[in-house]
Amino acid sequence: MPHDLVFSSKHYRREMRGVTVPRDVYVALIGTDLIRLPSGEFAVLEDNLRVPSGASYMLGNRRVMKRVFPRLFNAINVRPLDSYGQNLLETLRSLAPQGQSEPNIVLLSPGVFNSAYFEHTFLARQMGIQLVEGRDLVIHDNVVYMRTTSGLQRVDVIYRRIDDDFIDPVVFRKDSVLGVPGIFNAYRSGNVTLANAPGTGVADDKAVYAYVPKIIRYYLDEDPILPNVETFLCEDDAQRDHVLANLDKLVVKAVGESGGYGMLIGPQSTKEQQAEFRDAVLAAPRSYVAQPTIALSTAPCYIDQRFEPRHVDLRPFVMHGANTVVPPGGLTRVALRKGSLVVNSSQGGGSKDTWILAR
Amino acid sequence: MLSRVADNLYWMSRYLERAEHGARLLAVHLNLVLDQEEETAALRRHRVLSALYAPEDGDGALSDAHMVQMVAFQLENANSIVNCIRAARENARQVREQINLEMWQELNQLYLYLRNINLVGKRDDGDVGFFEEVIERIQLFQGVTDATMNHGQGWQFIQIGRFLERALSTAHLLAIEFDALAQHVGGRTLADEPTYLEWLGLLKACAAFEAYSKVYTFDLQPSHIAEFLLLNEEFPRSVNFSIISVQNALNAVAEATETHKGTRVYRLSGRLRSSLEYADIGEIMSSGFGDYLADVQRQCLAIHDAIYQVYVTYPVEEKLAS
Repeated sequence: MPHDLVFSSKHYRREMRGVTVPRDVYVALIGTDLIRLPSGEFAVLEDNLRVPSGASYMLGNRRVMKRVFPRLFNAINVRPLDSYGQNLLETLRSLAPQGQSEPNIVLLSPGVFNSAYFEHTFLARQMGIQLVEGRDLVIHDNVVYMRTTSGLQRVDVIYRRIDDDFIDPVVFRKDSVLGVPGIFNAYRSGNVTLANAPGTGVADDKAVYAYVPKIIRYYLDEDPILPNVETFLCEDDAQRDHVLANLDKLVVKAVGESGGYGMLIGPQSTKEQQAEFRDAVLAAPRSYVAQPTIALSTAPCYIDQRFEPRHVDLRPFVMHGANTVVPPGGLTRVALRKGSLVVNSSQGGGSKDTWILAR
Repeated sequence: MLSRVADNLYWMSRYLERAEHGARLLAVHLNLVLDQEEETAALRRHRVLSALYAPEDGDGALSDAHMVQMVAFQLENANSIVNCIRAARENARQVREQINLEMWQELNQLYLYLRNINLVGKRDDGDVGFFEEVIERIQLFQGVTDATMNHGQGWQFIQIGRFLERALSTAHLLAIEFDALAQHVGGRTLADEPTYLEWLGLLKACAAFEAYSKVYTFDLQPSHIAEFLLLNEEFPRSVNFSIISVQNALNAVAEATETHKGTRVYRLSGRLRSSLEYADIGEIMSSGFGDYLADVQRQCLAIHDAIYQVYVTYPVEEKLAS
């Protein structure tokens, strides 16, 4: 893997060099997007190692389904998801600095104006931990405290739902008012755990994604169980030529974006949009990749009082601390617009309850 | 508990209490005017606006419909019922993880009810039913809160907010009504006075009519009304009862946070409580009822400030040193 791919990634954090993290765990929670290929085989579409979201919808969908179809659950033996909160709490607890056994764990949210605020409050309640905002935290001598009615209380583990960019205005974006000045130095001093670690977004880079099978083979000496989707790197001259010649057939993606932004879906695009992306690719080849347009598999959806097929993908979650836990379920995301391949909730996507059956 | 959370819960509760008080005052007023001359009603309207800190606009000629609009719906009036409910909900939303589902549903339904009424614009401004509905829903929320929330620090801050607001608004209302009405009372029985309905209205505006009658029988006398609304220890909307409740909740918070009871906030609340406890209504009335009530309100505001200094906006350096 070319090392400049890492250094040039939008989410690469030079500040993380030389930082050691508890248990050597950088990623406590992963949400990987899977799709089902026409062959029936599952493949990885995207990685989310930064701040994966959606677990609350997974749990919310289950609650609704149990209420609407109570009898199905008895008959079909669906595996319960109720331990999600406890599993996540145990994962976070196992990542406490200096192996503390009773750490104070908090969820750091940007606040009510964030689109995922519902999820933040939901997860905090599920885990029974405090939901804090940047303004609730203060740093003194590289230790993080929260302002409580009983004075300052030390914070040990932060499940942060704020992007790297906003977490510390001293180190990252100066104009951030959501973050906590000095928190990164507290982290570097080993006095607090941030989950997931800053800089993990490098792995979400869609150009880095293309190398993941090679990374698995090199470091683990194993074949990946799930294949990738074929990916063309625009940085490479030959591959870029192929992409530019086939803009009307491929899906072009900006490498550092998420939420369905910065995407061209060739077969559904106009000439103008294609020309726009051609210019963008030529101006910054490193910033774009392309993939064949894959007709995501479909699932029946009840729309306007009748059943219709809609495209879906699946985001299962993996927690990794002292143990690795895969909750028996996932977030199935649905592109609600007919024919659409964009499942992101920020683009009007919906979601479905997803069952894993006990044998 | 996070300081910010205490702050939000406290204000959520204060705004709801404020909305309830406004709704009751309006409901009572709309009922009273049915039996009153327009001249008397006009005077009442201005007193109601001033009791609810609603900004007066224009000069004099104020209809009930206009007043309802100002007190209940006007967005420019920070204390209008719509604004209070919105602020209460916004405070609750900021600490959504502290509010259980039952509480949130009640509060959100109240908010949506108000928003729909306001948007549809199909309301009869003489309709008392709307105000009764608001009162009922707020009481429902309080009942659900008491029955489903841990009676821990968060609940105590809700109590503090509710009762401090109640002490303030009752004292303010008493001051306005006595200032306007007391001078007209001569030696005759109150039943023959032209202001008779006003005195009845004052009790009803504090939901106190039946409770008063149980103590003094249905014999309205200004000094009894003053004593009941200011000093009664058992009536939950009296100033004294409210301050006792504030102090009990503050004590519970002090225990939970291991705060020293010699702190300023405890001196202030203790002083106000004992001054009310040992007060004599005759002495207060003869030395100036209005001044006494103004002083009570000043002390309530000082308690508010002191709570914030100890629990919410304290300087970080102070706590690091200790």
